[in-house]
Amino acid sequence: MLKIQNLHVRVGETEIIKGLSLDVPAGEVHAVMGPNGAGKSTLSYSLAGRPGYEVTDGSASLNGEDLLTLDPSERAAKGVFLSFQYPLEIPGVPGLTFLRTALNAQHKARGEDEVAAPAFLKMIREQAAALKIDFEMLKRPLNVGFSGGEKKRMEILQMAVLSPRLLILDETDSGLDIDALRIVSEGVNAMRSPERAMLVITHYQRLLDYIKPDRVHVLADGRIVASGGPELAHQLEAEGYDKYSKAAA
Amino acid sequence: MSLAAALRTADATKLPSRRDEDWRWSDLRGLLREIPPLSPQIEVAGRGPFAGVASDELAFGNGRTSSGAEYSNLAIMGDETLRLRFVSDASASSHSSFVAIMVEEGARLTLLESYEGQGSAYVASVEIALEVERDAHLTRIVVVDEPADAILVSEARVVLHPGSTFHQTVLTTGGKRQRIETVVTHPGAGGSARMDGVYLVSGRRHADITTEVTHARPDGVTSQLIKGCVSDQARAVFQGRIVVAQGADGTDAKMGHHGLILSERAEIDAKPELEIYADDVACAHGNTVGALDEEAIFYAQSRGIPEVDARAMLTGAFVGEVVDRIEHEGARDVAQAWVAQKLGGLA
Repeated sequence: MLKIQNLHVRVGETEIIKGLSLDVPAGEVHAVMGPNGAGKSTLSYSLAGRPGYEVTDGSASLNGEDLLTLDPSERAAKGVFLSFQYPLEIPGVPGLTFLRTALNAQHKARGEDEVAAPAFLKMIREQAAALKIDFEMLKRPLNVGFSGGEKKRMEILQMAVLSPRLLILDETDSGLDIDALRIVSEGVNAMRSPERAMLVITHYQRLLDYIKPDRVHVLADGRIVASGGPELAHQLEAEGYDKYSKAAA
Repeated sequence: MSLAAALRTADATKLPSRRDEDWRWSDLRGLLREIPPLSPQIEVAGRGPFAGVASDELAFGNGRTSSGAEYSNLAIMGDETLRLRFVSDASASSHSSFVAIMVEEGARLTLLESYEGQGSAYVASVEIALEVERDAHLTRIVVVDEPADAILVSEARVVLHPGSTFHQTVLTTGGKRQRIETVVTHPGAGGSARMDGVYLVSGRRHADITTEVTHARPDGVTSQLIKGCVSDQARAVFQGRIVVAQGADGTDAKMGHHGLILSERAEIDAKPELEIYADDVACAHGNTVGALDEEAIFYAQSRGIPEVDARAMLTGAFVGEVVDRIEHEGARDVAQAWVAQKLGGLA
């Protein structure tokens, strides 16, 4: 489903991703772990198409379609969803308005019909209840004044409503207490499906107790330096990233 | 020095110039070497942007009423909604008009004021005197839609009396040189003034919203929220002055101006001023000028919203806060639609 080959990404003058290759087949959850500064966030931003992240070489495709030539909204319409480590505040735009605008923009881009208001509201109410989000909160400007945990739950709500094919979770556990982590993880797990691929980017193994990966990759100095099964995450938790950082250096 | 005086006497030396501190960002003297000839009288057609909201109307076509008067004088009793229209259809000529409206004790007026310009390179002056008597209420919604090469100065002098309220919202897209000025004399004594505004200025246009409120006596409230966007090579000016005179204790005044610059060559000049001569007051002002949050744009894009739509959504939400403060439902609907339409031209 997601195929990344020899990806090189520069931010400003600095090359951050240096020849990264990764395959995430449909139906699988892959974790990317690594020390601070390894390029984890750069990888997620590059896939989402953030301005300033310049791909200098390599390729990334979703179901055989090149992602790198598309702008961020086109990638979203193709099914890419990035859950931000630090979700942005959108002043003056209620969550409901934002989400309906996004959903209909994606439908339009794919040549599908708009979702009518009643059907949209019904869907949102169900998803919000599952994530224990008070419906009233969706009438407030998106993320403005929300706690870290509330913002992350809003990310998962957006993910559930937009129903993407590739989910990229960037440090989704940061800033979450145990209860919020459980709710968020359940939301993510509910989206596991044979038609979806997930890339879980995290520094700590903790999140992977809740979202169980099929494969674990170690990212150090802009490359995947080791890959293995779920046991690799536990090994990293016990031993730290030192040996990979040294190997990369 | 005023445009009105210069037009009355056909004397360009009476025009305000950059040497006048209050006009340094909206110089007229440097723009007009001589006063253009008088505009022809015209019939005012249509019913203007507030057509569906009010049925009564006072209209000026090129500065004159249908009976040819440059001056009109009204007293309002009871509860009224009135369209006040200044329609220009002129080319390289000038016109001026003057309106005085008295809102009598306990009365309520919703004044829906529109500047509807056609033609080119004209110069228009409007002077408005508003008196809001004891316990009376005046809501003034101003929509300014002028050609890119027209010059317009609208000057309102507002006198409030104890217990009265004055709520104003100005919406403008500017002109070649344009000032919408409001000067309020505030009696305190439970009176309340609100002076909001939105500017959406593109191309090479200029828009100036200038306000001055003088709190002469204790216990008055003023609140102000001005927001706007400039793009291309446009220029917006906000000058807001709140004066709290000696002895006007208990005054509560808030001023906010927030501007968005959407292109590198656009400019916003802002001068918020609080002059406080009383001891016990609650006064605050906030003034920010910046660009759209590019990270928020990317965030919206990453959810599938195309960049152009994301920018329109965020700018619309930015200025929407001002329009949402309009209490009169019909006027608010007109204002919201107007802002949405003008934002389309700004992207």
